[in-house]
Amino acid sequence: MLTEFSMSNILPALPEIFLAGSILALLLVGVFSAKENASRSVLGLSLVSLVVTLLLILSGSLSSHHIEFAFPYGQGLDGGPAGFFFISDLFSIYAKSLILLVAIIAIILSEDVLNRLRINKFEFYILVLVSVLGMMVMVSSHHLLTMYMGLELMSFSLYVLVSFWRDNNKSSEAGLKYFVLGSLASGLLLFGLSYIYGVVGDLSFTAIGDVISDIQMDGQNVTLVVALVLVMTALAFKLSAVPFHMWTPDVYQGAPTPVTTFMAAGPKVAAFALLMRLLTEPFAAMAADWTQVIIALSILTMAVGSYMAIVQTNLKRLLAYSSIGHVGFMLVGLVGGTAQGVQSVLMYLTIYSLMTMGAFGLLMLLRRKDIYLETIDDVAGLSEQAPAYAFMLMLLMFSIAGIPPLAGFFAKFYVFSAAVAAGYSWLAILAVLFSVIVAYYVLRVVRSMYFDKMVSVSVDLSAPLLMRGVVVGLVIFVAGYIFAMQPLDEFTYRAAESLLLAKNF
Amino acid sequence: MQDVGLTHFLILAATLFSIGVVGIFINRKNIILVLMCIELMLLSVNINFVAFSTFAGDIAGQIFSFFILTVAAAEVSIGLAIVTVLFRNRGSIEIEQSNLMKG
Repeated sequence: MLTEFSMSNILPALPEIFLAGSILALLLVGVFSAKENASRSVLGLSLVSLVVTLLLILSGSLSSHHIEFAFPYGQGLDGGPAGFFFISDLFSIYAKSLILLVAIIAIILSEDVLNRLRINKFEFYILVLVSVLGMMVMVSSHHLLTMYMGLELMSFSLYVLVSFWRDNNKSSEAGLKYFVLGSLASGLLLFGLSYIYGVVGDLSFTAIGDVISDIQMDGQNVTLVVALVLVMTALAFKLSAVPFHMWTPDVYQGAPTPVTTFMAAGPKVAAFALLMRLLTEPFAAMAADWTQVIIALSILTMAVGSYMAIVQTNLKRLLAYSSIGHVGFMLVGLVGGTAQGVQSVLMYLTIYSLMTMGAFGLLMLLRRKDIYLETIDDVAGLSEQAPAYAFMLMLLMFSIAGIPPLAGFFAKFYVFSAAVAAGYSWLAILAVLFSVIVAYYVLRVVRSMYFDKMVSVSVDLSAPLLMRGVVVGLVIFVAGYIFAMQPLDEFTYRAAESLLLAKNF
Repeated sequence: MQDVGLTHFLILAATLFSIGVVGIFINRKNIILVLMCIELMLLSVNINFVAFSTFAGDIAGQIFSFFILTVAAAEVSIGLAIVTVLFRNRGSIEIEQSNLMKG
């Protein structure tokens, strides 16, 4: 039966609808404007549409404190709709705002580099927008179909973005690797979803949650455990959690740095938000099963991320392994599935995204004879050639290691205290030990900048003012995080509460 | 003569899916074969969805399988585009040569 159409059924999805509309409009703008200024105008307009989308999302957070659903379908037993495709709560609002912020920063940082690599085509910005739309749908999905479509929309545009540097051998090889492993992950996800559908007979998160909690009453259901593991494997691929991390270093190194900057932050936020929603809503009754998986994933991820980073000489690979390590630390916050845990992961995601984008942003600013600095030897003696930049890179590196009072310290502090509060003190202690290893490879970079013999080629620092301003802003956020702590804390607290409330609807 | 039940469909789908997964990992020669294995994985899931949907009398699974078909088509076209770019850069599409980055 068709559900009657009414505005209130689609209004919560207004930001997504606006973004989808502006993507189509921007395609037309790109095609019909003259070739030399197509990318310039699409860049400006895509920034405008991202900002408008962000404002639309934030206006939703001011006007309503409750949870809104959109796109109802079918007819339930009580006469209302059987389920909803889409949910808009404070949790999704927070995650989506972060994703949009990441996209805005990534686009501002990318223009100059794209020009220098001669790949500044207007399609780049449109692909970023499409990927952002996919992430937003993922975060707000309340139905397996919406979730799948959002995930694929995000991944497909990322495959293209990774191989965007068409003349570069490494870029297309990275694109191929990412494509094959990403498709494998989405195949595993689908296989898991089909078993969930077979057991539950419905695709809506609410129905799945209800049926699973009924089934769990009569003992463990093997099919559901298999499905849960398959779905978590697929999301671990997207998060690059060990043992599904093989693609990460290759892709981060091979992709053009603007794409790496975006990839290191945006998809991680979306995949983590989706994982948290899945674990606390449909799979809440299986907490005993998924906690074991999360613990195993987090220990492996922290170990491999920290140890493998030590032997890296390429800075992009080093940052890739460091981001794998960070995913491991975030997974520590997830054990137990408490509100405090969800809040700590949201805080960590925010700090991690801005910190990593700052580090990649600095790599995009530093060149020697038009060649970007890539290896640890390249940055040798940077403290004398570009003292301000060396200092900023040092601050970001110390923040990655978690040295107080920088933002990275607080991020780790939140997840560890959440793990302790959930009764997993041993895991928190293990995580602290791993974060000591992080300090080792971070200090290697700092030592190279401050104590190694200078590379004789001078450093070229010319870059647009806006790009430099954004990087400085990210560094200021990392250094002065204490002053931003209060409002962030409050917002994430309410977001975490709303996620755990949603399952009662 | 035995009737064809839900279990038979599930076994068929699981077998096809495993062939697809194994094919991706053991195939060291040609990328086109990897694309075919990916397609096989996605389509075996379709068998699962349609079988569950038919035996439960619920239409949602069949709708889902249409979405999977569409997504699979998009996925393969992106894959072929990447393979084309790779071939233009390298002059070969053998997987064993994809080893520029290591560590």
